[in-house]
Amino acid sequence: MLGLPAYVYLVVFFAVPFFIVFVTSFARRSATGATKYDEFSTSAYVKLLDPLVGTIVWRSFWIATITTAVCLLFAYPFAYYIATRRPAVRNALLVLVMIPFWSNFLVRTYAWRFILGSDGPLGTLTEAMGREPFRLLFTPAAILIGLVYGFLPFMVLPLYAAIERLDWRLVEAARDLYADGWTAFRKVTLPLTRSGIIAGSLLVFVPSFGAYVTPAILGGGKDLLLGSYIVTQFGQARNRPLGSALSIVIMAVMLVALMIRNRSGAEEI
Amino acid sequence: MKSLRHPWIDRLMATNAWVVYAFFYLPILVLVVFSFNASARVGIWGGVSPRWYGEVLGNAEVLDALKNSLIVSGISTIVSTIIGTAAALAIDRYRFRGRRGLDGMLYLPIIIPDVTMAVMMLLFFARVFDIVELVGPRWQLGVTTIVISHVAFNIAFVAVVVRARLGQIDKSLEEAARDLYAGAWQTFRRVTLPLIMPGVLGGALLALTLSLDDVVVTSFVAGPGSTTLPIYVFGLIRRGVSPQINAISSLMLIASIALVGLSLLLQRNPQDAILPDERLKET
Repeated sequence: MLGLPAYVYLVVFFAVPFFIVFVTSFARRSATGATKYDEFSTSAYVKLLDPLVGTIVWRSFWIATITTAVCLLFAYPFAYYIATRRPAVRNALLVLVMIPFWSNFLVRTYAWRFILGSDGPLGTLTEAMGREPFRLLFTPAAILIGLVYGFLPFMVLPLYAAIERLDWRLVEAARDLYADGWTAFRKVTLPLTRSGIIAGSLLVFVPSFGAYVTPAILGGGKDLLLGSYIVTQFGQARNRPLGSALSIVIMAVMLVALMIRNRSGAEEI
Repeated sequence: MKSLRHPWIDRLMATNAWVVYAFFYLPILVLVVFSFNASARVGIWGGVSPRWYGEVLGNAEVLDALKNSLIVSGISTIVSTIIGTAAALAIDRYRFRGRRGLDGMLYLPIIIPDVTMAVMMLLFFARVFDIVELVGPRWQLGVTTIVISHVAFNIAFVAVVVRARLGQIDKSLEEAARDLYAGAWQTFRRVTLPLIMPGVLGGALLALTLSLDDVVVTSFVAGPGSTTLPIYVFGLIRRGVSPQINAISSLMLIASIALVGLSLLLQRNPQDAILPDERLKET
């Protein structure tokens, strides 16, 4: 009974919309760009094989992969450091991660636009020093910085949860049995915190793969990414079936990532 | 705990931690400091002035957008908090048909990219409006469709936070209440609800923050006259950097940090804000 309102609400406003996206991806696009549901058409999926679309999906995949890798590289030692502090310090350090985590994403991305822009503080500084004007904004590197900035906390928190739960006696046992620090880390710590690595990677990879706001603000629109391309299909391009088929691609990637997570037993995070 | 690491690894990790914290906070700090820059050229420091704040707060478009944002986030927070809390209780306490389905639908909105969610909501409303039009009335996108969409993703976030809290509370307190002849409603009202209140409020503040933050879903389901503050600011940002945006952004940032801070303050363990804590269940 208690679950009924949520159940009904999410069926009507989440499951049904999902189904409509699925149906629309097989709809027909009329010559004027209107979406017609009168016949079954796979033309949107045929369009996915277009090299242009392929390039966009591939590029988004790479950006998301690099973002995930960079986040993991910084977040693992960071989470490890926090998890091995005294409890009081630990909580304070954790709060300092949560604050940027939940504060306004749009504005945090804008902060980078301001900082990296040629008329921003760094730009005017390099100009005043007589150097080449600073050019990082509107490059893939800027998008990468923005994505890492936006999603890094999503990596830190599951990693922290996994490392904090670690039974340190197992690491000590490995050391007592003459494993060196690196071997103990590789053979004990890393496998035992795998669930955190997978959960964090999922939480960074999936939103980066479909990101729209960050590339729109920091990317300058030259190298199109999946999120922006989908938005275009619902705007100027007037091709809702293609936009829907692309959304289905994102959801398929998301479901594959979820299956990997479930199989690895990272469910509890 | 005895250290199992080389001292230099410890030092490297400490340095990394400082770098990450600097990365988190420096951009925000730079933005807020420069929002007080008196100069109209954003990158050149021209002294401290609240000038841009005055300009922004006197701008009717900003105030209009803010009003829409407050209406949308207020309603969607209240609705999603009630539905989300009930769902968390149901999943935590009962075994019922459709529990797995509900569990899945309470997880997917958290990880689904916002573009996908936006596409789903837009196509849904487009279909519904087409069908309704056959019968007569012409419905339009606007504040109502934004609220409906925000509730759709916020329920999941509220439920996660409340479930984390439910996992921590001592069930024997409720059993004691029932043993002392308290009815089901009385037990809930006097024992369960006060115990989970920090989670409920935390979830509500999270929903409020997310609703005030949303750009993509809102821009897909907004109609004429329902521009929210993030949409308005996003439109400005796409045209470039300006001291006015710096001022609005700083205000939004400070407001959202205040909300997050309050939300964290309400929860004993900051981790609960998103990650369920399993340890207390075991003890």
